[in-house]
Amino acid sequence: MSSFTWDYCAKSACARSKCVFIGVKCILRTIVTGLYGFHVKFCTIHSWAARSSLADWSLLGVRLLRRPRPLPPCARALSPPLQQQPFDSLAEKPQFPGASAEFVDHLEFIQPNVISGIPVYRVMDRQGQIINPSEDPQLPKEMVLNFYQKMTLLNTMDRILYESQRQGRISFYMTNYGEEGTHVGSAAALDPEDLVFGQYREAGVLMFRGFPLDLFMAQCYANVDDLGKGRQMPVHYGSKDLNFVTISSPLATQIPQAAGAAYAIKRENTNRVVICYFGEGAASEGDAHAGFNFAATLECPLIFFCRNNGYAISTPTDEQYRGDGIAARGPGYGMLSIRVDGNDVFAVYNATKEARRRAIAENQPFLIEAMTYRIGHHSTSDDSSAYRSVDEVNYWDKQDHPISRLRHYMTARGWWGEEEERAWRKQSRKLVMEAFERAEKRQKPHPDLLFSDVYLEMPPSLEKQKESMWRHLQQYREHYPLDHYEK
Amino acid sequence: MNTICGWKVLYLHLQWCVCSIVRLSLLEIRVVLLLHSFVFGLCPGPTQKMNLFQSVTSALDNTLASDPTAVIFGEDVAFGGVFRCTVGLRDKYGKDRVFNTPLCEQGIVGFGIGLAVAGATAIAEIQFADYIFPAFDQIVNEAAKYRYRSGNLFDCGNLTIRAPWGCVGHGALYHSQSPEAFFAHCPGIKIVIPRSPVQAKGLLLSCIIDKNPCIFFEPKILYRAAVEQVPMESYQIPLSQAEVLQEGSDITLLAWGTQVHVMREVAAMAQEKLGVSCEVIDLRTIQPWDIETVCKSVVKTGRLLVSHEAPVTGGFAAEISSTVQEECFLNLEAPITRVCGYDTPFPHIFEPFYIPDKWKCFDAVKRMINY
Repeated sequence: MSSFTWDYCAKSACARSKCVFIGVKCILRTIVTGLYGFHVKFCTIHSWAARSSLADWSLLGVRLLRRPRPLPPCARALSPPLQQQPFDSLAEKPQFPGASAEFVDHLEFIQPNVISGIPVYRVMDRQGQIINPSEDPQLPKEMVLNFYQKMTLLNTMDRILYESQRQGRISFYMTNYGEEGTHVGSAAALDPEDLVFGQYREAGVLMFRGFPLDLFMAQCYANVDDLGKGRQMPVHYGSKDLNFVTISSPLATQIPQAAGAAYAIKRENTNRVVICYFGEGAASEGDAHAGFNFAATLECPLIFFCRNNGYAISTPTDEQYRGDGIAARGPGYGMLSIRVDGNDVFAVYNATKEARRRAIAENQPFLIEAMTYRIGHHSTSDDSSAYRSVDEVNYWDKQDHPISRLRHYMTARGWWGEEEERAWRKQSRKLVMEAFERAEKRQKPHPDLLFSDVYLEMPPSLEKQKESMWRHLQQYREHYPLDHYEK
Repeated sequence: MNTICGWKVLYLHLQWCVCSIVRLSLLEIRVVLLLHSFVFGLCPGPTQKMNLFQSVTSALDNTLASDPTAVIFGEDVAFGGVFRCTVGLRDKYGKDRVFNTPLCEQGIVGFGIGLAVAGATAIAEIQFADYIFPAFDQIVNEAAKYRYRSGNLFDCGNLTIRAPWGCVGHGALYHSQSPEAFFAHCPGIKIVIPRSPVQAKGLLLSCIIDKNPCIFFEPKILYRAAVEQVPMESYQIPLSQAEVLQEGSDITLLAWGTQVHVMREVAAMAQEKLGVSCEVIDLRTIQPWDIETVCKSVVKTGRLLVSHEAPVTGGFAAEISSTVQEECFLNLEAPITRVCGYDTPFPHIFEPFYIPDKWKCFDAVKRMINY
């Protein structure tokens, strides 16, 4: 309130006339500054009030006029978000645009619940017995046998390729021991057209979709058959035909990308979903927060699938987060979330199936945290006995393994027995060894492939660099392993 | 070139010059934007007077009209954008195509990559180039390498990232940066910087159509200040092609974005005061850059001056200097000179002293001629 007005009022003798005078001044000032506010571009309630100093007048205005202020047209034109109620300063409810909530008059911090956190959904117990029959997806025998065979084939391939790294045949490998259930359960619940963004420990998804052993080997050996043209380290698989986006080493980068892909797919209206896999360690990255927030805000049909396997290399979960795992973060983003037993193929299947159905129908993301355990080392560059006990690993290997739990389920129904097990072990090993031997003999890709695909077309400067490499190789060829590479 | 088109443009150019001098006289006039009416070919179809942000809007409008998969997103793009580049597009094309994202650059670029991988045309806006760094990992480790690492199974060639770039008179550390050098070091992306509205629209449309991820930096000081008759229909200016704006015989002046206009002035000063004939080149695409045009010019003139606002150490002028001396060593009459920003963060009150203005460039020309 200007000092001019107060001084003027102070001079007038009558208190009532002072009030009336102030009131009149108020109304006039309100009209004038309100009109000014109408002409200001891109104004909001806040800036309009601030610019016109109405904040100073407002209290006075309300007391004297006893009417709520109307919205200026410019603020109305900015259409507030849908969930905001029209302003009503007389209501005893918070009017803040940022949250829809009631008032509370006592001070209390919300306690995060980590002692009894979000419960773990499961269908089978550790012995493969169905707990609640209504939750049994009652999949046909062929389908369940296929689950089992894919999980065990993956396990066999892991053993052989891990060994091959130890023998110096490939440079690097990552096994999937203990997490086969998360791969196969989720992959089975998807359509083949659904787009998959993985992290690096989802080879079972690719295997379930039908990626041939030869191509797994080709990528690990970086030989001439590798779809990736030998450019990446082993286990960085990708397949356009099977809708599995090529893996990259940086963690969590795929999470916001999955949100973008889901948005594009939503606009196409083709009944597809995107699934995005990541570990509980990667969930600490900023990209994870970005991806969750974007997916929820932009209403993307997307399944976020977190494999919480207890370790990020050597870092256990109590050094990774302090809250109740990853599932508890979902509600913070406005996302529907669930925690499942990742070693229970049917629980993973059910949760993924339902999430898929709803994500497409309702255009919103779902967060599935699949609890599991990483039985193997992080990779061939890791020796996990340095940070965890053999007993701990043995418990999971022997007492709570997705493969054995499913086998118990199958044997209980007479679908599988010792003989089938023996025969399959022999056959799966044979399949893997044959692919392995074929891959060993193949040449490496042509060195020209070092230079292509940087851009769609090769720039002249890169052509020149390629030519200079070949000139160099012509002169010094004996120092380079050219014989192993395609001519 | 259409003569009528040319005369109209010239007239507007004169009008505009006067206006801009008066308008900018309160600020230290650093840039007198000399618009040349040279348009690469015939003016395709009707033109309209547009400033740089309007030419960007026009390019985006053309894209959204012709490509049903195209979407534009970023912070505050829905209401029109903090620089008005997306005004009217949401109303015209719908809220599923022009939309705000949460405040997260790594999310914006990551989201854009995903859109592009799934086959949509993704046009991401970063509010200021100064804020592009949270997205550095997504750009360098992901976007740039998508095609290569997947063996061409997947790519994000449909991604274009736009960001306001360069000094603006009062922007200081975080509203003035020119980060092209950081990205030039990364194979797999293209970096493009226009100097004027006609160039901006044509180059932006080329970036959007190009099947490689592109970063399009828009000189923010030119958003309002640069006005031209810009074709309303879609047209493209080729990427990786530098443009010789003015031919000369004694020295080559190379720049991009706003600095091109400074170079044109320096060329005029050099001609008038020193009788020196300058060849002025706008690089336009920073990566992959047009080595051939620049080297051809230096072989002719024997001298090269490169200028940019970004700090001199590790700036893109360093890469140009290195390549040109490799290719044209025996043709050089003087060492290649760089007139760039100092190796400090971009200052606020000291901007007039920091920027590589026409006097610094003119002085460099003088030294090089007298070497």
